[in-house]
Amino acid sequence: MTQTFTLDGKTVPFEDGQTIMQAATKAGVFIPHLCYHPEFKPHGSCKLCTVKVNGRQTASCTMRAMPGMVVESDTEEINAERRALTQMLFVEGNHFCPSCEKSGNCQLQATAYHLGMMSPHFDHFFPNRAVDASHPEVLLDFNRCILCSLCVRASRDVDGKNVFALSGRGIKTHLIVNAKSGRLGDTDFTLADKAAQVCPVGVILVKRKGFSVPIGERTYDKAPIAATVEGR
Amino acid sequence: MALKEMHPEAVAGIVDRVVSRWRRDPTCMVQILREIQEACDWIPPEAIDRLQATLGVPRTKIEGVAGFYSFFYLQPRGRYRVLFSDNVTDRMQGNMALMERLCGSLWVEPGKVSEDGLVSIDKTSCTGMCDQGPGMLVNNLAITRLSVERIDQIAELIRNEVPLLDWPAEFFAVEDNIRKADILLASSMQPGDALRAARERVPSDGLAASNMRSWREGLPSGLGGPAAMLDEIKRANLRGRGGAGFTTGLKWEACRNAPLKAGQQRFVVCNADEGEPGTFKDRVLLTSYADLVFEGMTVAAYAIGARRGFLYLRGEYRYLLEPLNVVLERRRKDNLLGTNIIGIPGGDFDIEIHLGAGAYVCGEESALIESLEGKRGTPRNRPPFPVTNGYLDQPTIVNNVETFAAAALIALNGGEWYAGIGTKHSAGTKILSVSGDCERPGIYEYPFGVSVRQVLEDCGAKDTQAVQVSGPSGICVAPAEFDRVIGFEDIPTAGAFTIFDNSRDMFEVARNYVHFFQHESCGFCTPCRVGTSLLKNLMDKLHNGCGSPYDFAEIEKLNQLLQSMSHCGLGHTACNPVLDTIEKFRPAYEKHMRQADFEPAFDLDRALAAARQMTGRDDPAAHIIKEEFGEDA
Ligand SMILES: Cc1cc2nc3c(=O)[nH]c(=O)nc-3n(C[C@H](O)[C@H](O)[C@H](O)COP(=O)(O)O)c2cc1C
Ligand code: SF4
Ligand code: SF4
Ligand code: FES
Ligand code: FES
Repeated sequence: MTQTFTLDGKTVPFEDGQTIMQAATKAGVFIPHLCYHPEFKPHGSCKLCTVKVNGRQTASCTMRAMPGMVVESDTEEINAERRALTQMLFVEGNHFCPSCEKSGNCQLQATAYHLGMMSPHFDHFFPNRAVDASHPEVLLDFNRCILCSLCVRASRDVDGKNVFALSGRGIKTHLIVNAKSGRLGDTDFTLADKAAQVCPVGVILVKRKGFSVPIGERTYDKAPIAATVEGR
Repeated sequence: MALKEMHPEAVAGIVDRVVSRWRRDPTCMVQILREIQEACDWIPPEAIDRLQATLGVPRTKIEGVAGFYSFFYLQPRGRYRVLFSDNVTDRMQGNMALMERLCGSLWVEPGKVSEDGLVSIDKTSCTGMCDQGPGMLVNNLAITRLSVERIDQIAELIRNEVPLLDWPAEFFAVEDNIRKADILLASSMQPGDALRAARERVPSDGLAASNMRSWREGLPSGLGGPAAMLDEIKRANLRGRGGAGFTTGLKWEACRNAPLKAGQQRFVVCNADEGEPGTFKDRVLLTSYADLVFEGMTVAAYAIGARRGFLYLRGEYRYLLEPLNVVLERRRKDNLLGTNIIGIPGGDFDIEIHLGAGAYVCGEESALIESLEGKRGTPRNRPPFPVTNGYLDQPTIVNNVETFAAAALIALNGGEWYAGIGTKHSAGTKILSVSGDCERPGIYEYPFGVSVRQVLEDCGAKDTQAVQVSGPSGICVAPAEFDRVIGFEDIPTAGAFTIFDNSRDMFEVARNYVHFFQHESCGFCTPCRVGTSLLKNLMDKLHNGCGSPYDFAEIEKLNQLLQSMSHCGLGHTACNPVLDTIEKFRPAYEKHMRQADFEPAFDLDRALAAARQMTGRDDPAAHIIKEEFGEDA
């Protein structure tokens, strides 16, 4: 007999060891997320995927599904909080979407649309973050880093390289690369690395590929982010 | 001492010595980095080169760890690294003026290094000397009772480059200030008493039979002892003293019952991070009652079947490291640690001390374990909990210093005796760290159930406006509530008891606490990382006289978000001080508000301050005066 829990009233089957996120995705239900990626160990840091389990909030990407759980996700209350989280991520960094190569392919932007975010609401922090253009093939624009650690996990767990890591603490948390100079050009990073492909926002950008797919024809221009899961 | 230009080979030599002292074990990374910095004054890139080579750990990982802790420096700092404790009590004792004075006489700006690399001066979170403040750390050694004279002497000593070892000993004197002792602080227990009593315990009926595991897995000896000991802890109704109040017996039992995979073992961890501003009772326990604490840890090891233990000591208490190691050494000699303890076959247990490095969040038990493993102190995703998946993924109990001390007493005198003290839901005594506006700040031990009013009376507090119980993450108690009592059923506390008289601005108290949380957020999760900064900005906006009722609504909203979305207790409680004071001391906020519904945080006149400083102007024409401006706290 398969085990089930309910998600917004819908019965969702799951296998032992699956998280709520995994089971929901399999069942075609979209839960907003930024630091979760099906190929990597969950991190549980962005908190966009927060749901209510039996009345208590928890991150669905790290919480194991249990039989009989009552999970709420797509409610006005939770979506309002998720919206505030995306607003926080926008004001924490420097996101000027119209001039960003990732626009239209960006999960943060697409999630903000999905949640109906109309303005950043909070005062911008305007942090001063330098761009790293030292690598021949890849540009790092830290202004848009949301600290999801996907590149960290990809480099460590798939590429076996540890090119990236988080350093600093609190609001000063930032991404570092594996070189004494602190520059990507002095690491063994290559375009073939898994880490080159996982950034959900516009930090890790391939050089000389700018706007090869025109705005308007990009991933989330064609279908909203929820469609990546729903109706599978 | 001029180590900024240290030769790479000299650095490599230091690194190699430190690394071999820590068994070339990357899980000791925090300790390794600390010792390297003690020798080099910072962590130079050459040291990381060497660590990378000798430990086989990638540079990103080392820098990631070093970058997390406030007391590690990846940029050169002064040879004298001065950090002023910046708890609200230090503020009340005038620390800011003292810091300005020291900066002025040494020609250095706060947060910066002097041009000759001699000295750097900055602020740090509460150093746990609130009853004898203002406090500071110099190269991580605690100095108490700062005064104008003392500051001038310190300036002179630094200017003359006098080695810290030759500074007057009284600067470093830390008093216990025990004002009221009860079962714990008045205990006359001798080392080994509790362990011998635990060994003698025979299994009581019922409870013990379900669970018969000896100290060392599978050994038939001492079947009665450990399980019977655990029963006593349960019978005592002991609850954790670190704040959350979890039932100790249940925690120990869960750990004891957790299955072990091949090669695994159980661990006992004593949480001496004591980072909650205003708390300093663990410092006193470790200064004068270390045997009681270590004995409690050994009793725990006996009860759950652990062979290794750690004391995680906050970096601010660095000066306690050597004395504590002396106590451990004596206990080994007396067969109270080591193998076959007090002749119990298989009774093997030892304790190692790890120091923190300036990170409040490392008091959170799973972050503490990460730090013990040599990592960034980020709280883990839970479940699983430490009792099953703790240190190196093995069953681990983490308890507060005071919890272990109480456990030792319970081993000696029994659970029933203990349960009879205090109240129905809160057995035993609680040690309070009393500071702020009162005549006799210090350590007070009471049976649970004591009223706030009684404590205020005993410590000689007058005209009290408010008491912050359990620090910034606790609750702010107003006079109408002074008959409320200390206990899990009413006001739970980790021990801080900070008193504010009528002369204090409760808004500024809350603002100090908000700055604390912002500084200490680990930065892992979005709501806490960004939310604490937003909250800080809002409070600063009010402080600057630009507040409006709109901002209250914003604070409410942030609170909701932090409470529901944060990853750990730090984020969950970060809004507490503000919400409490808004509710109970609203006039303090209104003073900082303008009448409009909304005021932008941006203030043109303030923005011109930098230009004024550069041009050395402060005349009326260099200001843009807005109507009503000028009410600046
Ligand atoms: C941000 C944060 C800081 C904490 N700091 C401490 C601390 O300094 N000392 C402590 O004993 N517990 C602290 N705790 C509580 C611990 O997580 C844990 O509950 C406690 O050590 C368990 O011991 P006990 O059951 O004996 O109280 C903290 C918790 C949080 C969320
Ligand atoms: S990373 Fe995404 S959200 Fe940020 S600027 Fe680019 S498109 Fe906009
Ligand atoms: S660079 Fe991209 S993938 Fe890496 S942490 Fe930042 S946002 Fe995440
Ligand atoms: S997707 Fe779950 S916390 Fe980020
Ligand atoms: S728990 Fe550390 S930032 Fe949220």
